[in-house]
Amino acid sequence: MKKDNIKFIQGNEACVEGALYAGLDFFAGYPITPSTEIAELLSYRLPQRGGKFIQMEDEIASMSAIIGASLTGSKVMTATSGPGFSLMQEALGYAIMAEIPCVIVNVQRGGPSTGIPTHVSQGDVYQARWGTHGDHAIVTITASNHQDVFETTVHAFNISETYRTPVILLYDEVVGHMRERLIVPKKGELPLVKRLRTSVKEGVDYHPYLPREDGRLPMSDFGGVHRYNVTGLFHDMWGFPSDNPKIVHGLLRHLVDKILNNVNHITRYKEYYLTDAEIVLISYGSSARSANHVVFSRRPRGERLGLLELQTLWPFPYDLVREKCSKAKYIVVVEMNMGQIMQEVRRAVDHPEKVFLANRIDGVFITPTDIRNILRLIQGKGV
Amino acid sequence: MAIKDYIRERFFPHIWCPGCGHGTVMNSLLRAIDSLGMSKNEIVMVSGIGCSSRISGYVDFHTLHTLHGRALAFATGVKLSRPELNLIVPMGDGDALAIGGNHFIHAARRNIDLTAVVMNNRIYGMTGGQYSPLSGYGTLATTAPYTNIDYSFDTVKLAMAAGATFVARSTTYHVQQLTKILKQAILHEGFSVVEVLTQCPTYFGRKNREGNAVDMMESFKKNTTPIGSKAKVENPDLIERGIFIQKELPEYCSEYEKIIKRAMTKFET
Amino acid sequence: MAKPKLKGHLINPEWCKGCGICVHFCPKKVLELNDSDKVFPARSSECICCKLCELRCPDFAIEIEIEQDEQ
Repeated sequence: MKKDNIKFIQGNEACVEGALYAGLDFFAGYPITPSTEIAELLSYRLPQRGGKFIQMEDEIASMSAIIGASLTGSKVMTATSGPGFSLMQEALGYAIMAEIPCVIVNVQRGGPSTGIPTHVSQGDVYQARWGTHGDHAIVTITASNHQDVFETTVHAFNISETYRTPVILLYDEVVGHMRERLIVPKKGELPLVKRLRTSVKEGVDYHPYLPREDGRLPMSDFGGVHRYNVTGLFHDMWGFPSDNPKIVHGLLRHLVDKILNNVNHITRYKEYYLTDAEIVLISYGSSARSANHVVFSRRPRGERLGLLELQTLWPFPYDLVREKCSKAKYIVVVEMNMGQIMQEVRRAVDHPEKVFLANRIDGVFITPTDIRNILRLIQGKGV
Repeated sequence: MAIKDYIRERFFPHIWCPGCGHGTVMNSLLRAIDSLGMSKNEIVMVSGIGCSSRISGYVDFHTLHTLHGRALAFATGVKLSRPELNLIVPMGDGDALAIGGNHFIHAARRNIDLTAVVMNNRIYGMTGGQYSPLSGYGTLATTAPYTNIDYSFDTVKLAMAAGATFVARSTTYHVQQLTKILKQAILHEGFSVVEVLTQCPTYFGRKNREGNAVDMMESFKKNTTPIGSKAKVENPDLIERGIFIQKELPEYCSEYEKIIKRAMTKFET
Repeated sequence: MAKPKLKGHLINPEWCKGCGICVHFCPKKVLELNDSDKVFPARSSECICCKLCELRCPDFAIEIEIEQDEQ
């Protein structure tokens, strides 16, 4: 039986497969380890399907170009790592303010600054949340294995179109570069959200920034029958600059509320053995693979470990985390940074003193042994 | 007048100072567009940040008011994604050549079909009169109180060196030439750069004792000359006006269409 | 082709900012600024319909209306 929908590939390629499945037709990017493979693969695959690829002169130009392309109706994406992600922040804020659907992949590496290009970290979590200036909300999604990389990429495009917002796919160097099996779903198997276009006819006043009753904002392609203005300044529902306090307040609330009021719809997670867990591990990205191993190796010995694997980091699912940890004796957040998600978990739970950190910040992948050693310390058993 | 058809009248009178050259540039630009008979729906205007870039709010096209210096990068995304659209990119001198300098030379290098209009008033007007890379040695500005020690770019030479295939210069005094040049720049299939010397009487003019708008336009008349004129030979300090280069080279989007054809033929679905 | 005949100067005083560009560069000195610093045609009979005022105006505030030719 021919099975050419089963591939043995890198996580970066799984992301490419997911993006193409979701309808990506424009990519602008700049090479940076460990995300470069995404650009290389798309430079090859996109024109095969009539899509467009361009390597821009830097990451600022890449982020800017995908915003321009999105306004003409394309489904767009760019990919980078830490240093490039830092460069993209201003334009990312523009996409948030102007409500432009786009997907930004950050395959995290050791940072800050040039850091360690070829080694893993999960240090950009807070940057994904607050990297761009001003009050804002953002959607950030991650995955720990290639099947989930594929599905979360599709989910990212769907969220991006539904809420007219940029979505950050925050993967990491281990997931990006390791090789694993991916089964590409058949066409139609995963739901895809199409761009919502306005039904307002030519010659009738179109408001690019007036939400429908259900909160969605119908778009109109540049080059189409409605001519309007798009700006990064605070603007009225026609897209024209305004400093009127009512408008400023209303728009800022809208930009934030449209995400925060839909946490349940946006949140994706996986849970293992949480119903009777004494120790709840919370993890995401490649760290979750090791956390998962610890849970599954200890359960047969009677240890009541459980794992909450987060796939949506922002908006942070405070209620979900609180609920899943309510009966835990210890909560151990497993991540490769100095406790960025741990801080959010502490804010979420009823007993923050029960939250501990099992981490690694030296560029080396956190192993099940590392986690077990820290668990022993936490439980006062010694190493 | 027919060109009133191209403006968003409800925002007039516009925010530019009395005598600001940017209004004249908009005037000439809209006349150039009108003479081409294109549909308004085919035109996308992408501007950056600054006094010049406010032009996009006043015109009745698809308008994209972007980030300081990044207009050409946004425009590249629009154009590559929809090559049949007509892209006009007005920018300020600092916008295009300081923070936007890198995007400027790369858009030129690619020869992508955009029309860049550098509205050069030799100052950062919106923020109150700081010097720009086009201000020039010895000028005064709020951040050059002891006179500027920076030499300025020659926009035309820079554009040509970077690979632009249509490069021209005019001034807000020479409106008839300006309209003609803008028309040709838009028609040109490749990266076009039109530098317009325009007056900022409020900051550059005042700080550098160049007088009011009228005086500054008289200077444009006096200190510029057609390319290769006898006057230029006699006085090399004169600034040349006209079309410096106009050549046909493969345009970026059409080259990419060829890539798509090749990729689709090789790849059997 | 008959020389264009002036029908009138259409001036929008709300848009005119009194910059004086049209006044100064009119080849026939037709235009002046009034007490409110708005342009008006002081000598419209001298107008040759060159339209340079209309072309140079930064504010779209002045328009030259031409009499349609009787052919």
